[in-house]
Amino acid sequence: MGQNYIPHTKKDQEEMLQTLGMNSLEELFIDIPDPVKLKRDLKLPLPLTEMDLKKKIQEISKRNVSLDDYTCFLGAGVYDHHVPSVVNHLLSRSEFYTAYTPYQAEISQGTLQAIFEFQTLICQLTELDVANASMYDGATAMTEAALMAVDTNKKKEILVSAAVHPEYREVLRTYSKALGIRVTEVSWQDGVTDLEELEKKVSPETAGVIIQSPNFFGCLEDLAAIEKITHQEGKRLLIACVNPLSLGILSSPGSLGVDIAVGEGQCLGNNLNFGGPGVGFLACTESLKRRLPGRVVGQTVDKEGRRGFVLTLQSREQHIRRAKATSNICSNQALNALAATIYLSYLGKEGIRKLAELCLQKAHYLAKEISKLPGYSLAFNSPFWQEFVVICPNEIEKVNQDLLQEKIVGGYSLAHSYPELGKGWLLAVTEKRSKKEMDNLVKVLGGLR
Amino acid sequence: MKKEGKLIFELSRNGRVAYQLPEADVPVQDNLIPQKFLRSEAPELPEISEIDLVRHFTGLSQKNHGVDSGFYPLGSCTMKYNPKVNEDLAVLPGLADIHPYQPEETVQGALQILKETEDFLAEIGGMDRVTLQPAAGAHGELTGLLIIRAYHENRGEKRTKVIVPDSAHGTNPASAAIAGFQVVEVKSNSKGCVDLVHLKEVVNEETAALMLTNPNTLGIFEENISAIAEIVHQAGGLLYYDGANSNAIMGITRPGDMGFDVMHFNLHKTFSTPHGGGGPGAGPVGVKKDLAPFLPYPTVERRADKYCLDYDRPQSIGKVKSFYGNFSVVVKAYSYILSLGGEGLKAVSQNAVLNANYLMMALKDDYLLPHPGVCKHEFVFSGKSFKEYGVKTTDIAKRLLDFGYHPPTIYFPLIVEEALMIEPTETESKETLDEFIEVMKKIAGEAKENPEILQSAPYNTIINRLDDVLAARKPVLRYKKEN
Repeated sequence: MGQNYIPHTKKDQEEMLQTLGMNSLEELFIDIPDPVKLKRDLKLPLPLTEMDLKKKIQEISKRNVSLDDYTCFLGAGVYDHHVPSVVNHLLSRSEFYTAYTPYQAEISQGTLQAIFEFQTLICQLTELDVANASMYDGATAMTEAALMAVDTNKKKEILVSAAVHPEYREVLRTYSKALGIRVTEVSWQDGVTDLEELEKKVSPETAGVIIQSPNFFGCLEDLAAIEKITHQEGKRLLIACVNPLSLGILSSPGSLGVDIAVGEGQCLGNNLNFGGPGVGFLACTESLKRRLPGRVVGQTVDKEGRRGFVLTLQSREQHIRRAKATSNICSNQALNALAATIYLSYLGKEGIRKLAELCLQKAHYLAKEISKLPGYSLAFNSPFWQEFVVICPNEIEKVNQDLLQEKIVGGYSLAHSYPELGKGWLLAVTEKRSKKEMDNLVKVLGGLR
Repeated sequence: MKKEGKLIFELSRNGRVAYQLPEADVPVQDNLIPQKFLRSEAPELPEISEIDLVRHFTGLSQKNHGVDSGFYPLGSCTMKYNPKVNEDLAVLPGLADIHPYQPEETVQGALQILKETEDFLAEIGGMDRVTLQPAAGAHGELTGLLIIRAYHENRGEKRTKVIVPDSAHGTNPASAAIAGFQVVEVKSNSKGCVDLVHLKEVVNEETAALMLTNPNTLGIFEENISAIAEIVHQAGGLLYYDGANSNAIMGITRPGDMGFDVMHFNLHKTFSTPHGGGGPGAGPVGVKKDLAPFLPYPTVERRADKYCLDYDRPQSIGKVKSFYGNFSVVVKAYSYILSLGGEGLKAVSQNAVLNANYLMMALKDDYLLPHPGVCKHEFVFSGKSFKEYGVKTTDIAKRLLDFGYHPPTIYFPLIVEEALMIEPTETESKETLDEFIEVMKKIAGEAKENPEILQSAPYNTIINRLDDVLAARKPVLRYKKEN
């Protein structure tokens, strides 16, 4: 017991120690000074066999409400989309998941080509010129984009819309504080960034402007107007945080003059995973490519002229530049990016449009039906895609508790992050939600008091 | 392994589909979104069938070498076997299909896993509290340094410098810079350890922290660790432990007992979670009591019989990632720790060190070993003895590909010329090591007798050495349809 996954027999160990001129495993550690040695056993549970381990963790997993069994209307950055069977089957190929970062290109062409395809797909969605191999998540991708803007412009202020995901803004603030970057928020009106306020706040000190669209409330931002304000003078960068699936029908950031597009790719074939791992993406214009953080894969040839792929533009990276690197990011989220690559290829040109359209139609159906209920209303008039804010007559926590009894996981309460929307309830509708499920939600809500 | 293939985009045919989507079951409305927000043409994604999709990605997987394909002695990366049961458990519906914003009472199991993993890691590292939020080792470094920064600031001290050994992982100085510190390098002595004299010179009242990995990147245990800790602590600085090399010390010594105040763990190295071709990883950060108030929020707390998330942490550095970290990676590490127990983790380190010493001893007459002595989980050869034959370390690495091995880490650490860094891990058998030794000896022989073999290697891979210079000079970073 406890020797799981160690192949050595006692005899192997003895023979090996003998070649080292040692009598015991302890002798391997003679260089560790006695005062720092641990003179007791680690206080951990006793080892479990695979059978017992499975039983234990299965039992723990049952203390969670799985969205396999409940109907989910929660979104707020992580979405309950259908993950096609092919995705997880292909991810389970152990040549993919048991490999390291593709340093040795000759035996890593699988990972390298998949990343090259991921970069291309992100460019196709965003209509920007280049994309990197992925980031930890949407929040860190957005933050790294802000650092790119600061680095490019040598200015220390970032303007961020208050309608950007609260957790993304929190991560941005965490990073910014240490680097002396001033983060200034721009408030919202009717669910979208207040453009007059933005106009007033942009200044020669502004390195970049960060907007999310669809934003945290699900509303669509007028990126064309924001682009004009951002770029009216200087070299300020416009950073847009976008939902990649929405780009099946919504105008691309590239076509609207956005300089850097970032976002969360959990919705692209990744499980919910209690919020992680998902995958962040970052795409930018050609002129910014040497400021990209993280890994980038490029196409090249071998000496016989055969096409192949390698990690490239490495002179930006920490293992070469050390303290002068564009970012400290080392690993990315390669396997989650692979899921996104497979998923986007599965959807294809027609599928992504159809999926985005389905989410749009369903979300609007539910919004309309809920707003018919007495006391319920839509918080905003701004156009939205798959997510929207409802003002509830009752305390949201109580509503969500009551819905749980009906095996429904209700929306996200905005009370904490937006106290002015104390009874604001953010609901998300994906292609998984049937009319029946939505009608049931409306019926249950109608019966609550 | 497969021959050169097509890109997914080159398989595309207009109108071919893999997706299956229902028709709308709600009344379809027009003009829900004003025209100006809409895209005129759908994105140019590939159009392919499901079977082509499956064959394409299966084909790509066959062009990869993973731990399951063969020996992977990549130094500093701890490419150990990734137990299959952990993969199965991480995708249980009750663990994979849960939303981070579900009410707390519906995710008690998930919070229990987070809390218990925190407790396990704290015990293994000799720390008091642990955050599981950072997504990778470098992310953990940044988090730890931000905690150190907040700690000093809270004491009213402005400390601007972080000391990093010249042998450190590249992420150390990069993370220090992103955390807003200036980096000061401390030299290694002839034994490959921190030069105490130089350390004393560079440590002062501006020192925020010293970042150290122990065993260091040469695989050598810093025997003066207590003296190092004292020098830094006396100047008011803190000690940061880079946990990348923890596979050597579990149950034997603990960073907390060596005097470290903050550390990160690499769950994807030490705790067997797969590397995924470059992620997702997880880089939990452990701290001593005095630094706990500065941990990212939320922390997971156990109150009476209930687990909850605590956001009320006024001194917290904030969030470093959305939600609670790479949860499913944590599940795999949790499962691994439960399956091994304390005794098993100690056996892991003992056998990892045994394997490294066995390899080092068997090969040290064929390859130059600049820092002899007992090593820990890894060791570093120098390829400079082959210089006179025109052979570089990269040639040795490329030749190893022909024998079905993933080569060791090369050209790192920077303080060893033509470095070749070997980490076998505990999950490899004596036979695997013996076969590798034989091949390494053969290659050393070839380097002297027939260097051209190495210089033009590999021969048995699907592709030859690729032109890195061309890739960087004329970057082609995406596919574009030819007109």
